[in-house]
Amino acid sequence: MAGKVKDELLHDHNHDGIDRRGFLKCMAWAGTGALCVMQGGVMKSYSLSRLPELGGKEAMGELSFVQISDSHMGFNKPANPDVAGTLKAAVDKINGLAAAPEFMLHTGDISHLSKPEEFDTVDQILKSAKPQDVFYVPGEHDVLNDDGKQFLERYGKGRKGGGWHSFDKKGVHFVGLVNVMNLKAGGLGTLGHEQLEWLEDDVKHLKHSTPIVVFAHIPLWSVYPEWGWGTEDSAQALAYLKKFGSVTVLNGHIHQTMQKVEGNVTFHTAASTAFPQPAPGKADSPGPMKVPAEQLKSVLGITDVNYLQGQHALAVVDSTLA
Amino acid sequence: MRRTVSILGLAAALVLGTLGFGTGQKSHAASAQEKMSMTEVKIDNFTFGPATLTVPAGTTVTWINKDDIPHTVVSTDDSKTFKSKVLDTDEKFSFTFSKAGTYPYFCSIHPKMTGKVVVQ
Repeated sequence: MAGKVKDELLHDHNHDGIDRRGFLKCMAWAGTGALCVMQGGVMKSYSLSRLPELGGKEAMGELSFVQISDSHMGFNKPANPDVAGTLKAAVDKINGLAAAPEFMLHTGDISHLSKPEEFDTVDQILKSAKPQDVFYVPGEHDVLNDDGKQFLERYGKGRKGGGWHSFDKKGVHFVGLVNVMNLKAGGLGTLGHEQLEWLEDDVKHLKHSTPIVVFAHIPLWSVYPEWGWGTEDSAQALAYLKKFGSVTVLNGHIHQTMQKVEGNVTFHTAASTAFPQPAPGKADSPGPMKVPAEQLKSVLGITDVNYLQGQHALAVVDSTLA
Repeated sequence: MRRTVSILGLAAALVLGTLGFGTGQKSHAASAQEKMSMTEVKIDNFTFGPATLTVPAGTTVTWINKDDIPHTVVSTDDSKTFKSKVLDTDEKFSFTFSKAGTYPYFCSIHPKMTGKVVVQ
């Protein structure tokens, strides 16, 4: 970011009251646990612990949820020999949040080898999380051997195709997309024609002011195609969302936090609760990255998302496990 | 005198050599046969090595996963000639190529990983 950034609304290019620079500055504060709110055209930040002072969650119509990702239950190599333990630590972190989340999104790679006992273990551990509602999208590790049949049975009964679906919470429209099925040799993640048609139809009648949250496993923007970190046909999906004033895309797969703002869309990837992966191009391959044992929890994490009804920006806050 | 010895020595060497070479030839042939019937592709660092493997028809190719993440071996030709189950670290998959042809394949979990077996 170049130049000095003030709090006031500076560049309202889209005439939607969102100052990109101010938003990015606030996102940078996010590591300290800040809630960024647009009020009267001015970006203000509040520490999450001050939320009760702001007039109560219900009164403000606030929505709070958590994204976790890449638990890889069943992984047991040196990068993390105890992925169940670190997932439990993530649950403790979630249960300790100042603003209790209403539900959770899991952006895939729940299991490591699609084994039933791996899914069972994750279900068991998440039972002790305060937010009991969890919405899942599969990662490529969840649909091995059976074209995703088991995943659908467990987490997506009755859903179309690979399990894409949508739901609404406090006026925010959530869309769970599946981009890990029918992967083609040499390719990236893929949404496919049927799912794209469904998406177009799903958002067609929504008001432009409806905040949209899209969640999918593989990033929907081109993070690093050489390592398969992108989705071939995501541009088409994003075209259907162009009319909306606020779109937040939450992904996993790359086991590190990354974000990008493009027009009205904020892209964000979550850390894993199991093991980190190298930054794009910083290693021979995107495999599990070993760090000293005492540092492991500081490279794993959860993502807390808060939204105040009537505001544009969703505050996306990453916290590490240590 | 020396020459005679040398010639004798040479003759002895030849005789011994022939005997030895006979035995050697057998074991050499046996190991060559082994080499022909078992050929390996090593999977490591999200790569198939060698990326292109050329073998004679009748060869059994074995893929071994030396990476710390699971991979699969799935052929991409129209008839989907071979498809392994998920291979975790140190797990193997073998396939015998009886027909000549080119068999491209990839890892269905990490589709950027591609390889090819050329059967002659």
